[in-house]
Amino acid sequence: MGHFGLPRNAKWTSFPPTMNKADFTESAEGDTRSIMMTGSLSLSCLGDVPQRLDDVGGDVGRIDLSAIDHIDTVGAWIVHRAAERLNADIVGADHDAGRLLDVVKRVDEPAEAPRTPETPVIRILMQIGAAVDATSKTMLGLIGFLGAVLISAWTLIRNPSRFRVNAVVQRFEVVGVAALGIIGLMSFLIGIVIAQQGSVQLEQFGMEVLTINLVGRLTFRELGVLMTAIMVAGRSGSAFAAQLGTMKLNEEVDAMETIGVAPMEALVMPRIIATVVMMPLLGFYASIMSIIGGGFLCAIALDIPPVTFVQRLREVVPLTDIWIGLIKAPVFGLIIGMAGCFQGMQVRGNAEEVGLRTTAAVVQAIFLVIVIDSVFAVFFTWIGWK
Amino acid sequence: MTDQEIISHADEKLGEQVEKADIAISIRGLQNSFGEQIVHQNLDLDVRKGEIIGVVGGSGTGKSVLMRSIIGLQQPDAGEIQVFGQHMVGNDDEEAQLAIRRRWGVLFQGGALFSTLTVTENVQVPIREYYPNISARLREEIAGYKIRMTGLPGEAAPKYPSELSGGMKKRAGLARALALDPDLLFLDEPTAGLDPIGAAAFDEQTRELQQTLGLTVFLITHDLDTLHAICDRVAVLADKRVIAVGTIDELLATDHPWIQEYFNGARGRLAHAGSTTLKQGVQGSEAMNKKADD
Repeated sequence: MGHFGLPRNAKWTSFPPTMNKADFTESAEGDTRSIMMTGSLSLSCLGDVPQRLDDVGGDVGRIDLSAIDHIDTVGAWIVHRAAERLNADIVGADHDAGRLLDVVKRVDEPAEAPRTPETPVIRILMQIGAAVDATSKTMLGLIGFLGAVLISAWTLIRNPSRFRVNAVVQRFEVVGVAALGIIGLMSFLIGIVIAQQGSVQLEQFGMEVLTINLVGRLTFRELGVLMTAIMVAGRSGSAFAAQLGTMKLNEEVDAMETIGVAPMEALVMPRIIATVVMMPLLGFYASIMSIIGGGFLCAIALDIPPVTFVQRLREVVPLTDIWIGLIKAPVFGLIIGMAGCFQGMQVRGNAEEVGLRTTAAVVQAIFLVIVIDSVFAVFFTWIGWK
Repeated sequence: MTDQEIISHADEKLGEQVEKADIAISIRGLQNSFGEQIVHQNLDLDVRKGEIIGVVGGSGTGKSVLMRSIIGLQQPDAGEIQVFGQHMVGNDDEEAQLAIRRRWGVLFQGGALFSTLTVTENVQVPIREYYPNISARLREEIAGYKIRMTGLPGEAAPKYPSELSGGMKKRAGLARALALDPDLLFLDEPTAGLDPIGAAAFDEQTRELQQTLGLTVFLITHDLDTLHAICDRVAVLADKRVIAVGTIDELLATDHPWIQEYFNGARGRLAHAGSTTLKQGVQGSEAMNKKADD
């Protein structure tokens, strides 16, 4: 059996004549008009009766229910509404019908005036305004959150005993060790792709050997850390937002606060420390894996033996390239951890919010990482680390 | 025959069965287990049409699992479940299954309202799904009066579930359960987490709705006051099966230790005393009203 939804092609509204479809007839005796209801006045048998009843105008003396087979609250509601509108008396209601009519009469309430929808121009302006408002609030919130993180960090430095070693080490494992496989594979493949695409172009000048420069400098300076940041944002940043968001929904964060545990110290700091510490390690590891990938391709496709590859690499890659990668990585880690935790802590209300905030955390983290990366690129060139 | 005709035929047949049947739910030899752990074994239970049956049992005796088996959310290992004469286990007749789904409403423990929809949209979901031809205005009206019928104020309708209190969520869930005018209503711990006044009001509302709409109510509860106040019969779940079904007085006459402890414990006695004085009070005030009328 199992469960299944309603098949999309199923229609419940039309019934063969064997079902006593609801219907009514109008008649007039002298001055008084009356409406005679027949059939089954229930949700499943209504058909077009509501619309047709709405079309009846003028004063009607009475609505006769004596010929109906069955009535439910929807039927009672329709009869009640029609009677109100047409100033009609309801007659011939049996015990059941009378009881249901009483119920719906009791809960009738004047309907509120429907809101008039705004014009498209106003709506677009409203949406733009709301988006600007939301973005600026998020930016402000993120800056505020950075402040809170710094305060917590300062508190932890002054009271090292409050440092949660276990929580942090656990995060190290989740953020760092568990990511080794996927990041390694990804970087290895990227190394191959760069070497392969680069060699195709450089071959035209007979400069295949420069592929080594390309792979070495690009991965250490930019791609190793950047790709790692994107992967960590997708793996861990999203997880932070979802975890904290769910805890927030379950009031676990509130419970923590009442017990006297600061969520910033117990939940946020371990995660941010983990991303800040793990990012340089993962970034360096990713660069090495890319180099191996590039070297692998050079050996296979360009007949450059690994020994030559390594030798040449040592000649062309300056130490500053490695420094650049290692300086950028913890900053990226801070951004990823902060975006994830910040969005997670912003969750209010419902489960959909967790999904939205998780998406926002990843998008924000990757966007900010790339913005900061371009700032770094200009800065390092400016100070002469070319 | 077209699909529509098959479905409406199934619905019509079920309608006749609902009219005729004396037993709303009949369970025979039900067995449920999770891995090694057996929850139900040889469980038998009959729910009569038009009654409020309370289902009680200690934590982990599988009250919710029983409800989930009946409504098809849990596939039993063995056994036979019939709802209005319709086989629920291993029945491949999709039309009949859909027809029966329209005849029950379920109130889950936390209300299980769709959190991204407002209260009135929540109530409209079943109507929209099963009767797409009902006009939006009428659907809105139906949702409106259903919401007020469950005792929620009209202004709760445009609110989101997260803006409601626990008791209001339950009432909104009840309004959604009643959206299609069901014959059978499942309530999973409807008064859990409500204050005594709110719980009593909810009980009264359930009773009133059951009487006006002619519902059969399958009610899982821990609330002794609810049992005393509104249940026609009580089924006790223990030792993986239903060990006794009957009115509370009948249950008190049995000597099963769990039943004795449950109803004759300090809380049970209080609730019993409360319901007795309440009944006397009602009788007393009725007598006074009579006098006043004279």
